[in-house]
Amino acid sequence: MTLIAVVTIFILAVFVGLEVIAKVPQTLHTPLMSATNAIHGVILVGGVIVLATASEPVGYTVGFLAALFGVLNVVGGFVVTDRMLEMFKRKPKKEESK
Amino acid sequence: MNDVINIAYLVTAATFILALKLMNGPKTARQGNLLAAGGMCLALVATFFLNEKGHNVMLDEQGGFKSLNLILLIIAFVVGSFIGTFSARKVPMTAMPQMVALFNGLGGGAVALVALLEFRGFSMTGESDFVKLSTSVLSLVIGSISFSGSMIAFAKLQELMTGRPIVYPGQKLVNGLIFTAALVLIVMLIATTHSFTLYLGLFALALIMGVTFVLPIGGADMPVVISLLNSFTGCAAGLAGFVLGNTSLLIGGGLVGASGFILTVQMCKAMNRSLGNVIFGAFGAVDQTALASGAGQQGTVRSYSVEDAAIIFASASSVVIVPGYGMAVAQAQHVVKELANKLQEKGIDVKYAVHPVAGRMPGHMNVLLAEADVPYEQLYELEDINPMMPETDVALVIGANDVVNPAARYDKASPIYGMPILDVDKCRTVIVSKRSMNPGFAGIENELFFLPNTIMVFGNAKNTIASLSSAVESI
Repeated sequence: MTLIAVVTIFILAVFVGLEVIAKVPQTLHTPLMSATNAIHGVILVGGVIVLATASEPVGYTVGFLAALFGVLNVVGGFVVTDRMLEMFKRKPKKEESK
Repeated sequence: MNDVINIAYLVTAATFILALKLMNGPKTARQGNLLAAGGMCLALVATFFLNEKGHNVMLDEQGGFKSLNLILLIIAFVVGSFIGTFSARKVPMTAMPQMVALFNGLGGGAVALVALLEFRGFSMTGESDFVKLSTSVLSLVIGSISFSGSMIAFAKLQELMTGRPIVYPGQKLVNGLIFTAALVLIVMLIATTHSFTLYLGLFALALIMGVTFVLPIGGADMPVVISLLNSFTGCAAGLAGFVLGNTSLLIGGGLVGASGFILTVQMCKAMNRSLGNVIFGAFGAVDQTALASGAGQQGTVRSYSVEDAAIIFASASSVVIVPGYGMAVAQAQHVVKELANKLQEKGIDVKYAVHPVAGRMPGHMNVLLAEADVPYEQLYELEDINPMMPETDVALVIGANDVVNPAARYDKASPIYGMPILDVDKCRTVIVSKRSMNPGFAGIENELFFLPNTIMVFGNAKNTIASLSSAVESI
């Protein structure tokens, strides 16, 4: 990818982030922080790449740790967020189903 | 093949954006989170088919499987998923903030380690591409700060160490020197030498910076810090996307970097403070000026028994419940809901007033009350509930302190001066359930407790509210 393409993508992502977030109500801030926390776990993609391309002990060790940390970030992040949001939904569900 | 993968990454990026959009409302928020998780899975699966240097990233030049790499990857995924799911499911709701800090720190650590390996490769091949070098150096620094800073935030909230700000003479000078040294290393690494040893030195320095960054910040401000570090990790991941030329990292990281920052600013706004004041203010260090100003005008505290307090509800027709960190610690949300039910059965109108920074994270109280099945419609935000306060008979303050301190309205010497507060002192009667007279997180006295219309009920919030609830039944 050319540098200008990469910079364009990044800058536009930043602007989308600013726009989308400004509208979230305060009550959802904790789940939101948790969800964005899980989303930056996308670094796991980087972790997978460096571990897959490792070829000697240091590469294996550091790559493994990077991947492990990334998995923890992604899985833990999404599960925690889901647990929080599950609580927001429970009440209306009960009224509908029971 | 890489075109297909890039399309998969594009879809992933779209799910992230849609997910954040769905998080605008409590009804769709959960779908949003699941959508983002699905997008993440797609990006990960796609990555296994990535072509690097003309062949699949999981295969060697001869087309054979790189078995050791694959085994390590599988172990990382299995072990990480297991521990991640287990700890996320088991953690009590009150410990959510430190859980987020921990996962955020691990993400930061992952970024730093990815950057480390990439730069190691650059120093071996003599890479001279300015963008690749500078982004790998910056993502290392930011990722490391996020890692060690989050760990300190975790330790503070988990009470593994004191939650009070740690300050010492000459602290700013020391921090300044560390920062300057890091800056020098960054410039050297990008501009002249591409030495991996220097890079490791910068890694160590960045880890120290994370620690010194969070140490002087009090426990009350940890949510802001975690949010800021969350934004840092996002930025760092985005920068790692520059190094790897990976669009999923660029977009995911950029989104989180921006959103985390917006969220941080909103949190500061809710406390009517600037980000600079939060980071450099050592807020909540036992504050002499505040103690002096608040301590001067104390009257007597009226401590009531639960039974006497319950009588007050007999003549009330409207009650506003103000939950705070004390409710979270005591896990009192369920008994609070029970009490509210009993009050409603008696025809009393019950509302919950949720201060933006009550608890340890914005929305912390909402999460807990939702756990106790409190209907969403009964929760009121600060601007909506304050005009109703003068017409309210009873304000029941459960383990909240600084967010109901009237000094914030007028006392310029108070460290919380200017923070919007819940005007419970304007209610006819204020009942405060509190463990003791100890000051809150901001480390200052609260004159609310000395007002003539305030009644204190001391004790653990859960026990107090539970007995209040049974006492209310008999009135």
